[in-house]
Amino acid sequence: MERVPVRELDAKERVKNFEEVCLGYNEEEAVLEASRCINCKNSKCVQNCPVGVNIPKFIEYIKNKDFKQAAEVVFDYNSLPSICGRVCPQESQCEGGCILGIKGQPVAIGKLERFVGDYVLENNIEVYEKKEQNGKKVAVVGSGPAGLSCASTLARLGYSVTIFEALHEAGGVLVYGIPEFRLPKDKVVKKEIENLIKLGVEIKTNVIVGRTITIEELLEDYQAVFVGTGAGLPRFMGIKGENANGVYSANEFLTRANLMKAFLNEYETPIKIGKKVAVIGGGNVAMDAARTAVRLGAEVHIVYRRTEDEMPSRLEELHHAKEEGIIFDTLTNPVEILQDENGWVKGMVLRKMELGEADESGRRSPIEVEGSDYVENFDTVVMAIGTIPNPLISYTTSEIQINKRKCIVVEEDTGKTTMDGVYAGGDAVTGAATVILAMGAGKKAAYAIDEYIKANS
Amino acid sequence: MMYRIVKKEVLAENIYLFDVKAPMVAKSAKPGQFVIVRIDEKGERIPLTICDYDNNKGIVTIVVQAIGASTMKLSRLNVGEKLCDFAGPLGKPSEFIHMTVEELKNKKYLFVAGGVGAAPVYPQVKYLNELGIKSDVIVGARNKELVIFENEFKELGCNLYICTDDGSYGIKGRVTDVINSLVNQGEKYDEVVAIGPMVMMKFVSMLTKKLGIKTTVSLNSIMVDGTGMCGACRVTVGGETKFTCVDGPEFDGHLVDFDVAMKRQNMFRDEEVRRLHHSEGCSCF
Repeated sequence: MERVPVRELDAKERVKNFEEVCLGYNEEEAVLEASRCINCKNSKCVQNCPVGVNIPKFIEYIKNKDFKQAAEVVFDYNSLPSICGRVCPQESQCEGGCILGIKGQPVAIGKLERFVGDYVLENNIEVYEKKEQNGKKVAVVGSGPAGLSCASTLARLGYSVTIFEALHEAGGVLVYGIPEFRLPKDKVVKKEIENLIKLGVEIKTNVIVGRTITIEELLEDYQAVFVGTGAGLPRFMGIKGENANGVYSANEFLTRANLMKAFLNEYETPIKIGKKVAVIGGGNVAMDAARTAVRLGAEVHIVYRRTEDEMPSRLEELHHAKEEGIIFDTLTNPVEILQDENGWVKGMVLRKMELGEADESGRRSPIEVEGSDYVENFDTVVMAIGTIPNPLISYTTSEIQINKRKCIVVEEDTGKTTMDGVYAGGDAVTGAATVILAMGAGKKAAYAIDEYIKANS
Repeated sequence: MMYRIVKKEVLAENIYLFDVKAPMVAKSAKPGQFVIVRIDEKGERIPLTICDYDNNKGIVTIVVQAIGASTMKLSRLNVGEKLCDFAGPLGKPSEFIHMTVEELKNKKYLFVAGGVGAAPVYPQVKYLNELGIKSDVIVGARNKELVIFENEFKELGCNLYICTDDGSYGIKGRVTDVINSLVNQGEKYDEVVAIGPMVMMKFVSMLTKKLGIKTTVSLNSIMVDGTGMCGACRVTVGGETKFTCVDGPEFDGHLVDFDVAMKRQNMFRDEEVRRLHHSEGCSCF
């Protein structure tokens, strides 16, 4: 049996709005797709999942139309399935390990996970029983995937958890970075966070740990601290003209559009976009920025120095971006941004590239083609070439050691930092990675914090 | 959590002072830092420098010049009304807070405030004054009506020099003229701290470079989050790209590329005009 196709908004229509593109499975489709799982002995899907969700078991329950039981299995491992089902790179994780994928298409594990998560949200099912609190307090810094996962695990172990968030809204990259058309905010993110609040987790917004309150001060009131501050600082290429008006980091562009809702007239944050936009990069963030720009009415080019095969983005994003008419200028790299007399972007000098030997990431590295420079006009340039961890905590907490990439140094198995009682995980430790890896790290640290507090009391 | 306005004062035309109840910010605030304010759910995140703070009362003072849609909206709020968000303190504190009293006693500071820049200069002068260090302060404005914080500076007992462009109050001339005449009179300064419009900071920095006096400026770049995330506030300092929000807002004035900074500051001017027009009730688009 073929994989059950998932319904999507038509590309011609969806580029005019910010509504979610993928509509997900209904009950009937989910049951049908679940029946494809052969419940194989080896379960490579589980081994490939950073949080080890018991995938065959929850799929089995879907097959039997026992969605509530399916939810209980999923939530045992993952507190944010509606989010992960939408944003995980399934093709390189669970679905990448699926035995059906060898000859045909793997089971749509991501879509099934999303189905289960959404079923819980839509039917207001209480997935967690509120645990009796043990009277111990833990502070979590940052409300992105790592922090949320750590907080939910600790709350279920009986801890009283307070999350401190620097922005005015909880969710981290889930609210400022990933666009509405890929991850709906009110319908999904807010609701999954509300589930945590029901568990007793407290969220304090507008608190910039390192500035409003220091880690040392937190340790006066809390038995332990988890730092999940992500990799929020945008990188730039360092080429001429990069500070011209009309050059955005993907973070700025997406934050204006997502968190501040600048595309809606009644919101006050401005966003300015020209007729022709170049997005530099080939990851998920580049796709998100490009697809946002399309929806704001521009002709959009993805400029990437390798080929499509090396693009780190999820396959689904690449596919959606193409459907939406985004032009892919691959094996191309900007060498200079050209400005008009008022300091605004007017174009770029681009250089053609070719692929050489594989580098340490296993991808073939791009080599410049001599004498291939050409000029192309653009009104806006969005840099989506990666991010590095925010320096605020390390600036103000000398006891927490960071490495030369500005990442927090931790013990791999526990997330323990060089400061007693302080743990860290997610992009703040690894540099920019995925939602699910951050969640895995948050969860692991939660168990380590539990052991630490037990040993110290 | 909402942040209540407990005092409002009109300092000059379009310049307003607000005391806001924000105990956590008041507790940690230091001279040189700023806050991000959001008026309501649909509002922008507005960066504003901290003008004063009272840890005992849990109050932070901000001064707002109503120049754009959001600052105008903010200026119309009254005592008792609440701000939806008030995050901070953000940015690095002024360098001198890391120095000992002994070190500071050997230094002579000249503070140069332009227009509404008097507000962020105030907590710096006050901080040094509390350590028993008297500074010289120049307050420049376009005209008499726009001179703010005169009494506050006088109460700190600093040497205050006021100048106006039109000569309606104090010395007729620009702040750079006053710096020149003070130096010509034989005043020796170890450091100048200049805060005001970008163009004023540029000219002060050019002059002090010539005079060989170390100069610190505080940049009011465009920002979205204020925590290092967006990069909108990037400036070129000594040939390197820095973020005003986390690396600043205070930088060595002799190293800042003011021309690029000024261009970037005007990035959303057309959009701002369009939105302002729209917010005043026009539905032309």
